[in-house]
Amino acid sequence: MTTPTPYWFQPALLETPPLSGAKVLQKDQPPPGWSFCVFRLVSVKSMRNDLSLRDRVAIGGVRLVNVASRVLKRGSGTVAGGQIGLLVSPELLKKLARGRRTVLVTGTNGKTTTTAMVGAGWGSEVATNDTGANMLAGHVAALVGSASEHVVLEVDEAWLADAVSSIEPEVVVLLNLSRDQLDRASEVRQMAERWRKCLAGPGGETRLVVANANDPLVVFAASDAARVLWCDVPTDWQADARSCPRCTRALVRTGTSWHCECGFAKPTTLGVTLRSGLVIHGREVPLELSLPGHFNEANAAMALAALYEVGIDPVVAVARINAVRGVAGRFTRRRWHGHTLELLLAKNPSGFDALITTVQDGHQDLWIAINARIADGRDPSWLYDVPFERLKGHRVWCLGERRLDLAARLEYGGVDFEVVDDPDLIPVSPSPTALLANYTAFSEWLERSDSC
Amino acid sequence: MVREIRLVLTIATLLPDLLGTYGDGGNGLVLAERARRRGNDVRLVTMELGDELPEAEIYLLGGGEDGPQRLARDLLIEGSFHARVEGGATVLAVCAGLQILGESFSVEGDDEFEGLGIVDVRTKRARTRSVGELLVDVGGRALVGFENHGGETSLGDGVTPLGRVRRGRGNDGNFDGFRSGSIWATYAHGPVLALNPWLADELLQSVLGHALEPLVSVADDLYNERVAALNSR
Repeated sequence: MTTPTPYWFQPALLETPPLSGAKVLQKDQPPPGWSFCVFRLVSVKSMRNDLSLRDRVAIGGVRLVNVASRVLKRGSGTVAGGQIGLLVSPELLKKLARGRRTVLVTGTNGKTTTTAMVGAGWGSEVATNDTGANMLAGHVAALVGSASEHVVLEVDEAWLADAVSSIEPEVVVLLNLSRDQLDRASEVRQMAERWRKCLAGPGGETRLVVANANDPLVVFAASDAARVLWCDVPTDWQADARSCPRCTRALVRTGTSWHCECGFAKPTTLGVTLRSGLVIHGREVPLELSLPGHFNEANAAMALAALYEVGIDPVVAVARINAVRGVAGRFTRRRWHGHTLELLLAKNPSGFDALITTVQDGHQDLWIAINARIADGRDPSWLYDVPFERLKGHRVWCLGERRLDLAARLEYGGVDFEVVDDPDLIPVSPSPTALLANYTAFSEWLERSDSC
Repeated sequence: MVREIRLVLTIATLLPDLLGTYGDGGNGLVLAERARRRGNDVRLVTMELGDELPEAEIYLLGGGEDGPQRLARDLLIEGSFHARVEGGATVLAVCAGLQILGESFSVEGDDEFEGLGIVDVRTKRARTRSVGELLVDVGGRALVGFENHGGETSLGDGVTPLGRVRRGRGNDGNFDGFRSGSIWATYAHGPVLALNPWLADELLQSVLGHALEPLVSVADDLYNERVAALNSR
C-alpha cells in the first residue's frame, strides 16, 4: 500500500482548484489573510444575480462567521456560518441551490465516502460539504463556498426532507438504513417512513432516487417515489430489516431475494448490479477501488449511478473514483509514537460488522476506541449488536472513554482484550495496526497522529 | 445411590427482531456466560419471528419500536407465554417488553392497545420522550442504565416498583420498573445486565435456588465506573 495523500490535496477529488470562497471552508487549512477575507465577504460576483439584498447580507454573514470562527480556532465554522445565513434569510438554501445540478447522498453508513466519490467522479469543481457538516447549515456553507454548477451534498438522515424541499435535487442517493444513535435520531422504521413521505412528495417527476434494492428499509423509503433506479449492491447487515417495513411480518429470504406475504418485495427491475462485476444500465464498469472493503464497492456503484443521471459516463467516472484513497482521514495510514495505524471509522453495528470483515484476516491485534459523547450517541449499548464474537482468536486493545463498556462486551463474547488506560504502554508492533474508532474517538486519533 | 442430575438452564430471548432495538439481546449473553462460568449447563435460545415459544426457565424481552412492539404482543398472546409465566418461569422485561406485559399501552398517537395482561400495570404516552442515563435505587443498591422511551407507566395495587429513580425518569419520575412474582421489569437499557452484574446474579440465583460464588470480571469495573459517573453529576 502506498502512502495515501490527504483527501483535500487530491487532484482526483478537486481536479480544478476550488473558488477562493471554498478554500475558506476547507478543513485543516490555515485561515487566509484579512484583506482577502474582506474582499471575499463583500464580493457576490460568483453568486447569481437574483439574490435580494437580504440574501447578500446573509451570504456575507456566512462568510464572516466562517472566517471569524477559523481565526478564533473555534472549529471549521461551517455550521455557525450557515446558521447565521439561514437566520438572516430563511430561504437562502433554496436560492443558493436554484439552477444548480445537485446530488444528495444519505444513509446510515458511507455518506461521506460516497459524497467524495460523486465529487471525484464528476471530474470538475463541485460545491460539497466535505467538512462533515451535513445538516442545512452545512449545505448553506458549501453553496456559499463554491458557485460551481455541480453540487454534491451529504445529508444527515433526519434532515433529508428539509434538504430535498429546499434544494430540489436532481438525484437522491439512499445508501442504507440501520440502527444508529437511537438516543438522538428516531428509530429506523420512523426514519424510513419520513424518507418515503418526502420522496413521494412534490418534484418527484424530475428527481431520480438511486436506491439500494437489498436494504428493505431503503426499498420501503423509495417505494412511492416517481422515478427510482434500483441498485443490486451487496448489503450484509440485515438485522434491522428482518421484519417487513410495511407490515412488520417476517420477511422471507431466498438467495439474494426477499419478500413479505403482504406483497412487499425486492424490486425486480435492477438498473445497477454488483455481483462478480459492476454493470450499470447494461454496461460493464471496471471497478478497482483503492479504498478497502466491499461496502465501498457498493458506495461506488451508487455514486456512479448518480453520476450517470447527471450525464457522466460511468467508464470515465470510475477511473476517477478508483483513484480515491483516504476520505476525511478514513482508511488512511497514520503514525503515532512509533506505531503505524490504519484509521477506520465505524459508528454503529452495521459499520463495525463491515469493518471486522475487512480487517480480521490481516491483523492479529486490533485497537478499538469507543466514546459516547453526543456526536457518538450517548448510549453505547449498541456494542451488544456488533458481532464481536467474530474476533475470537484476536486480541483487542480497548481504548476511548467507554473502553470498559467495550471490554465487558468482549469478555462476555469470549474475545481476548486489554483495557488501555495509557496508550503509550501498548508495545509497538512492526506491522501496521488497524484502529477502529467511533466518531469522536476517530477525530481524536486523527488529530493526535501524523500522516505517514 | 443417588445419581446427580445436572439441570440445564434454558434462557430464551424472545423476538429480538421486534424487541431488540437497543442492544437488549446482550442480556441473554450476560446471563448465559455468568451461569456457565459457575459451572452450569446453559442453553441460550432465541425465538425468532415465526417460531413457537421455546420452553425455558428464563424469558427475556427487550425494547423495540412502536409497530413491532404491537406485533410482539400479538404473537405472544397467541402462544403459551402467559401459562409459562404463571407456571413460574422467570421474566426480565425491558422498556417495550415491560409495557406489553401490562394491561394496556399507548404508543403511536394516543391509541391504546391491549397488553398481555400478565401484570396490573398501564402505560400511557408521556408528554415528552425520556432519553438519558438512568440511576435507580433498588433496595439500597444502585442500578445504572440508559433509558429511551416515550411511556409513562403506572403500577396497579400490589405491584411493587423495582426501585426508586435517582436520575432520569423510569416509569414516572419516581419509580422504575416493577417486580411481580418471578417477573423483573425496568426501563434501563445498557444492556441492563451487562451494566449491573449484581442484578444478573440475583436473577440467576432466584432461578437456580442457591447462592452463586463471586465472579470477578471487568464488568465489575464497568459497574463501579458507571455508578461513580452517575453519582458525581
